[in-house]
Amino acid sequence: MMSRRITNLLAGGALGVGLALGVAGAALAKTQLTMYYPVAVGGPLTQIVDGMVADFESAHPDIDVNAIYAGNYDDARIKALAALKSGEPAELSVMFSIDIYELIEQDAIVAFDDIVETAEEKAWLESFYPALMENGRTQGKTWGIPFQRSTIVMYYNKDAFRDAGLDPESPPATWDELVSMSKQLTKKNDAGQVERWGAMIPSTGYAYWMFGALAIQNGQVLMNNDGNETYFDDPAVVEALQYWLDLSREHGVMPQNTIEWGTLRQNFLDGRTAIMWHSTGNLTAVKDGASFDFGVAMLPASERRGSPTGGGNFYIFKDSTPEERKAALTFIKWMTEPERTAHWSIETGYLGTSPAAYQTDALEAYVQEFPPAAVARDQLEFATAELSTYETGRVRKLLDDAIQAALTGAETPEEALSSAQSQAERLLRRYQ
Amino acid sequence: MPSYRMQIYGWLLLLPAAVLLIAFTHYPTVATLVQSLFLSGSVTRPAVFVGVENYQFMLEDDVFWQAVRNNIWFALGTIPISIALALQMALWVNRRLPARGLVRMAYFTPTILPMIAVANIWLFFYTPGIGLIDQFLGLFGLPGHNWLGDPDTVLACLIVLTIWKEAGFFMIFYLAALQSLPPELEEAGKLEGAGRWYFFWRITFPLLMPTTLFVVINALINSFKLVDHLFILTKGGPNNASTLLLYYIYEVAFSFFDPSYAATLTVALLAFLALVAIGQFVLLDKRIHYR
Repeated sequence: MMSRRITNLLAGGALGVGLALGVAGAALAKTQLTMYYPVAVGGPLTQIVDGMVADFESAHPDIDVNAIYAGNYDDARIKALAALKSGEPAELSVMFSIDIYELIEQDAIVAFDDIVETAEEKAWLESFYPALMENGRTQGKTWGIPFQRSTIVMYYNKDAFRDAGLDPESPPATWDELVSMSKQLTKKNDAGQVERWGAMIPSTGYAYWMFGALAIQNGQVLMNNDGNETYFDDPAVVEALQYWLDLSREHGVMPQNTIEWGTLRQNFLDGRTAIMWHSTGNLTAVKDGASFDFGVAMLPASERRGSPTGGGNFYIFKDSTPEERKAALTFIKWMTEPERTAHWSIETGYLGTSPAAYQTDALEAYVQEFPPAAVARDQLEFATAELSTYETGRVRKLLDDAIQAALTGAETPEEALSSAQSQAERLLRRYQ
Repeated sequence: MPSYRMQIYGWLLLLPAAVLLIAFTHYPTVATLVQSLFLSGSVTRPAVFVGVENYQFMLEDDVFWQAVRNNIWFALGTIPISIALALQMALWVNRRLPARGLVRMAYFTPTILPMIAVANIWLFFYTPGIGLIDQFLGLFGLPGHNWLGDPDTVLACLIVLTIWKEAGFFMIFYLAALQSLPPELEEAGKLEGAGRWYFFWRITFPLLMPTTLFVVINALINSFKLVDHLFILTKGGPNNASTLLLYYIYEVAFSFFDPSYAATLTVALLAFLALVAIGQFVLLDKRIHYR
């Protein structure tokens, strides 16, 4: 009886395999694409992407796109690389723009220059904002196409500005103004405790990102374009960290020690701080949650204005046939068309990635109706790459630790940054 | 032939458990050990055998030592207090009191909440200024504090949260043990004129020792195993002031992409836990009264 059951099982299995083969045979005519996509929880973003994928499939019946949603950026990268390793299909993915060196090191991705053929496709590669391409280009090639990208902007409470006797239409444009205005904005109660802080710059989670803004404003980038050199101990960088520290210890306009990324928005919405630096990704949430009149402005300048970009790029995996690469390129081109980018930007709050997207009627109308959406675009002119090197996780952590050590008073900015620099140099030596 | 067949029968019965144990416990342990002797490679740079180099690097790694120190403080902070509290709560809800079921449930609630959800709630408790704790302090005119942003207080904050989360869980074990104690003992104690304090230390507590051992081991394992809250609350910061060993292992493996060094750290953690477990069983077991 046992053996009969096994025979049945075997027969069932054979039937299953046969069916699977049959299905695969029928689908051969179509090009199948598997795309890994980072979404932390199913929700609006998943629906928007699903909708775009469905539209694409009806426009291109010969291509099937199977989107696999995979947690945050780290999860998406881990799952996509694991899938490739185990022979599962994966042709393209949206992953963190700063993962580029890791993906090249793993020999996982292919450069877009090796796929584009026609003049039109080559022109498409040049159609994006240059600042958004910085994290996707190295070794003279383009490896990542900007898709869900953001940047840092300054949110400020106009009511607080009025309350402090400041002009709500002229937010601080320089570092000195940020200090002087924040001093006016800082409000203490009778017991001498601060009720409203002048400004908050978050220093947990993405401290290196915020710091990239301060460094570039002071005229210095944090790393080279080959991803094998960092400039953490450059005097301008040290000065930038000193300025950040002084906001709390010297001028008393920002709370001491580290400021939590996750609760900062609530602090701003509750009026605990008059100014915050935060991702453009927060724009919609602030718009929906603010009970006061708020404004969005470019980050202030020391030597110049500036902010790093952030977010995810499209990559095409190397382990794919020429047909699949072509199909993936078709898909990515379709997803980044100006009209679609405009729709995507309005729906999600991410940046429009090309100037042409901002010239579409839809986005033009939206910007007119909601001017803060234009601030991030205007700031792109001054934007730079997000910190990204070989061994990027470790190097980023070195800088994060150095920033937090300085802000908590454990080390001086100079000590912390030169120690981070020498450790980073040791890590990057093998990539010179 | 029957004995031969019986042997096969026995092995077959053992097989499912053995396969699972080997596939998911023993093999990974050995594989981890082997991997810790190699330098992580990538596709373009294959992994190379380096012997104990990873271990040497570990001994020089400041963050590793900081994580070890933090973990020891974390264990010392959470274990005794959560156990004492659990025992206290169990004694309390074991008595006849009004709405006993409700009180028991209230004590047990933190345990059934997922740690990530709990961390999200406590994140707002600890938020400077607008958080629950600072608002409460404000009622008495006390100044607020940047609880999670200050390296001097961040670990204590994690300890408090963990105690709150765990004490109710341990209480259940004590409660079960208390209810299995024969009531005659208490009656005899009363007849002999033993005070409540004396009775607790001389009768109840020794009889609860097997439970205490079980709870201590669990608490210890948890103090090395529970890191979910770090992802939400601190990400190990500021400047590694709240990094725990397992969180550091995660970071090395999945953020730094260095599986070999993560394997090295894992071996260190395993060795340490094995040592503690052996020590506990050898030393404590002799002194515990089993009925």
